[in-house]
Amino acid sequence: MNALDPRPSVINERLSGIGRIIAVTGWKGGIGKTVTASTLALLLAEKGFRTGLLDLDFAGASAHVALGAGNAFPKEEKGLEPPVIAGVKLMSVSFFSGKKAVPLRGANVSDAIVEMLAITQWGKLDFLIIDMPPGINDAALDVIRLIPGAEALAVTTPSVMARSVLERSLTLYKRLKVPVLGVITNMAAGRKTTARGRWSGGVRIDTGLEKALGRPAALLKTAFARDLGAIISKAL
Amino acid sequence: MHEWALAESVVKAAREHAAGSKLRAVLEVGVVLGELQAIDKDIFSFALAELGKSFAGEFARCRFKLLKEPAAFKCRACSKTFTLKVLKKTPQEGEYIHFIPEMAHTFLKCPKCKSPDFDITAGRGVYIKHIRGTQ
Repeated sequence: MNALDPRPSVINERLSGIGRIIAVTGWKGGIGKTVTASTLALLLAEKGFRTGLLDLDFAGASAHVALGAGNAFPKEEKGLEPPVIAGVKLMSVSFFSGKKAVPLRGANVSDAIVEMLAITQWGKLDFLIIDMPPGINDAALDVIRLIPGAEALAVTTPSVMARSVLERSLTLYKRLKVPVLGVITNMAAGRKTTARGRWSGGVRIDTGLEKALGRPAALLKTAFARDLGAIISKAL
Repeated sequence: MHEWALAESVVKAAREHAAGSKLRAVLEVGVVLGELQAIDKDIFSFALAELGKSFAGEFARCRFKLLKEPAAFKCRACSKTFTLKVLKKTPQEGEYIHFIPEMAHTFLKCPKCKSPDFDITAGRGVYIKHIRGTQ
């Protein structure tokens, strides 16, 4: 027989206690995916849902910064139990990179994702939010392959470039049969937003957002969080 | 006991393979432990033994044979091949690599040209090398 990688066989079991898995995605960089994913996780936890946040943006992992995870580290217990930050179970490659860069080629990214999914003990969750890297790459294809129940929540901006890329991504998700919950139009500023699904709406430019990053309580009080909260309250 | 999660995956994958190959009795599962991930062999054996207590049917007589595999690397930038023994890492860095072996690219570098862009050609982590049984 050929060498057999045993890790994928337990991934379904590791995710079996999770109600819904939402991949926050957007194919352009710098459009606010991480802030959206992190704030969404905080909002769901605030509403009383058991919530996890998995940062799969290996090259630019920053959900731990948004949540202010500090020196938190997973607990070793028949795998790794994610630390709880402001009510959210957080797993990120940043826990293992010691504040250094993670220069991985595609195959290595896949291997690292499989490893994280195989060893992370999430327990019971109502929602697992995944902060995806920009683009349709190894991480995105691995999530589609390894987590068939995942739903996509697309993030875009009113920019014609971002919306052009968004349209291509929505077409591909449809072809791959990935359910799209909606489109969050970040930095909307009253301009036209894209409505595709119940979790759609615009989020204002919020000049106070930067100062709130790293402080979950402050983040939840921003206009950004209020707008995002209004969208998900209607959808839930 | 992070080893437990990987031991669980070995047991589950072996069971799936045995079912797919229609093995009536699984006698031996050969499991490779790559040097880079530095899996604790005793803890891994203990986890397999604990998980094995529930074995029945085709796995009742199964033994797990643990095989060590030295880590080997090849630099993509200068083609140098090297082993783990010539690389330096702190205990903390070693622990990070233990959890996610790909962190080797963060903490280790080619001893010749210092590039982090190398392939792990052998000894990365845990995999099943063989499953022997009767059909």
